[in-house]
Amino acid sequence: MRHIISVLMENEPGALSRVVGLFSQRNFNIESLTVAPTEDATLSRLTVTTLGSDRVIEQITKQLNKLIDVVKVVDLTEGDHIERELMMIKLKATGQMRDEIKRTADIFRGQIIDVTPTTYTVQLAGASDKLDAFIDAIGTSGIMEVVRTGVSGLSRGEKVLSL
Amino acid sequence: MVVITGQVMSHLIGEDAFQETDMIGVSRPVVKHSFSVQNPEDIPAIIKKAFHIAESGRPGPVVVDIPKDMTTPTERYPYEYPASVKLRSYNPVSRGHTGQIKKAMDMVLSAKRPVIYSGGGIVMGDASNELTELAQMLNVPVTNTLMGLGGYPGTDRQFIGMLGMHGSYEANMTMHHADLILAVGARFDDRVTNALDKFCPTAKVIHVDIDPAAISKTIKADVPIVGPAKSVLAEMVSIVKASKKQIDKEALESWWQQIEEWRTRHGGRFRTDDSELMKPQQVIEMLSKVTNGDAYVCSDVGQHQMFAAQYYKFNKPNRWINSGGLGTMGFGLPAAMGVKLNFPDADVACVTGEGSIQMNIQELSTISQYDIPVKVICLNNQSLGMVRQWQDMNYESRHSQSYMKSLPDFIKLVEAYGHVGMKVDKYEDLEAAMQEAFSLKDRMVFMDIAVDPFEHVYPMQVPRGSMRDMWLTKTERT
Ligand SMILES: Cc1ncc(C[n+]2csc(CCOP(=O)(O)OP(=O)(O)O)c2C)c(N)n1
Ligand SMILES: [Mg+2]
Repeated sequence: MRHIISVLMENEPGALSRVVGLFSQRNFNIESLTVAPTEDATLSRLTVTTLGSDRVIEQITKQLNKLIDVVKVVDLTEGDHIERELMMIKLKATGQMRDEIKRTADIFRGQIIDVTPTTYTVQLAGASDKLDAFIDAIGTSGIMEVVRTGVSGLSRGEKVLSL
Repeated sequence: MVVITGQVMSHLIGEDAFQETDMIGVSRPVVKHSFSVQNPEDIPAIIKKAFHIAESGRPGPVVVDIPKDMTTPTERYPYEYPASVKLRSYNPVSRGHTGQIKKAMDMVLSAKRPVIYSGGGIVMGDASNELTELAQMLNVPVTNTLMGLGGYPGTDRQFIGMLGMHGSYEANMTMHHADLILAVGARFDDRVTNALDKFCPTAKVIHVDIDPAAISKTIKADVPIVGPAKSVLAEMVSIVKASKKQIDKEALESWWQQIEEWRTRHGGRFRTDDSELMKPQQVIEMLSKVTNGDAYVCSDVGQHQMFAAQYYKFNKPNRWINSGGLGTMGFGLPAAMGVKLNFPDADVACVTGEGSIQMNIQELSTISQYDIPVKVICLNNQSLGMVRQWQDMNYESRHSQSYMKSLPDFIKLVEAYGHVGMKVDKYEDLEAAMQEAFSLKDRMVFMDIAVDPFEHVYPMQVPRGSMRDMWLTKTERT
């Protein structure tokens, strides 16, 4: 099953390489990974989406917790949560394709954030499968470049991951 | 262990400077943590943290990488070593969950065929007394892992030997038929369990370990307990003392009867009549006798290591030092030297093979330099015996890279370094020679002992089988 694991860790040099190293060393899968400092500059928040059986996910969370730099770990998929991913997609946009792209972007609540005579760049945020659906709708022939941030997420309601 | 690595000057880092290596990067997969010093004034705090992390929780190596310019002789700082250290992201547990411990003891007291399976955590966690007290109060059999030997007295009646791939027949049979396994400071690794899906089919598992990640990693624990072995076992002892419920003595009686039957059936026997040469097992038994089972025994990796584990009777913890799950040939001699430095009056032996000893043979020089009179017991079978055994058993004796026609004359070699060499070819000469070696208190002695090159280590579990599937001799299987 797919899991979203959120990690609060020291914002120290080398901390990220320990997390990534752990995944490759132990043959854990990484679907996506995103990391940035939090409101407290000494802490980073890392989100990793991964696939694995319950046993593997248990090992992943335990092994992450074992890293000295890691403060807290939570498997968001264990409870109600919100997940978002951001995508920027650069498309060939000439002639009647321009209208077509605009319409599709509107349906998906995307925004055109850069325009040239031959290209549109669309920004889209949402759950990963929504971004996949947009790519399907557009069709691969018109796509020049895709960049996605990977999933970030948090728990719903009062539950937080903090010190 | 704290390792201090030297690094190029900080302004050169990343430029492929002379002798630059990313020490933090190359060591990352094998360390518990690492630090790189960026300001000289941080050194005391980093060293304090390094030792704290290395020693606490599940101990592990910590690297401190120090660029050359952090110790420039012209820059001076007061060295203020912090009295204490706190890391918000690192809080190893100090005791187990009482509810879980109670639940576990209820299961133990209800068991009919219990066994205690304990490992290196008992030795590292200084929990040998607590383990012994608990086991003897309950009259439960105890088996030790390779790393756990000495955690329970090896000559005690309740000790059934090491378990696993080269475990004793009785230990593996006891595990397989148990209805309850109390695992303490052990990690159910592949050299212990054999095939996971066939592992101890009737047993419930209580698993005590300081490392949460060790629990339910390979074998699912019915009762997981995260905590230091010492305090958890002490709590278990007091629960048993206070408990009205008693362990089923009758059931235990017939369990012991069964175990004794297994013990008599195999009991660590080996043949001495199929070779002119002495058997490696005989050498270890002699070592145990000559040193009264009281030496510090370090070893390398191979058949000699397994024979030492099987035939030396370790009655105390910390007397058996080997690289365990890492299986690092070359470990033995430096380990013995370290032990001897720490315990200069003790007998320290390095049980090794003619293959392993050559991995760090240059330490013969360090031994002269610092006067470290260890005794090397080299079981010379003229081959990488353990490799050859696998080739015998799994590759129809098609030997490849496992025999040695290129051995040095060890006696001349050690004499060249100024040490004492002894060559022993006959069992009749062994006892006297070994006595003499250990009587030379202030000399390093290298005993080059010719043993049967065709001997195998038995029992040996059958690959992908259960705990009880074993080869008992070259021709006999369970
Ligand atoms: C550094 C290292 N290289 C290779 C191995 C693989 N290996 C395991 S046992 C063994 C043979 C050891 O030979 P020896 O020291 O003579 O011991 P014996 O088995 O003959 O008693 C080898 C090569 C290892 N464990 N470590
Ligand atoms: Mg050998």
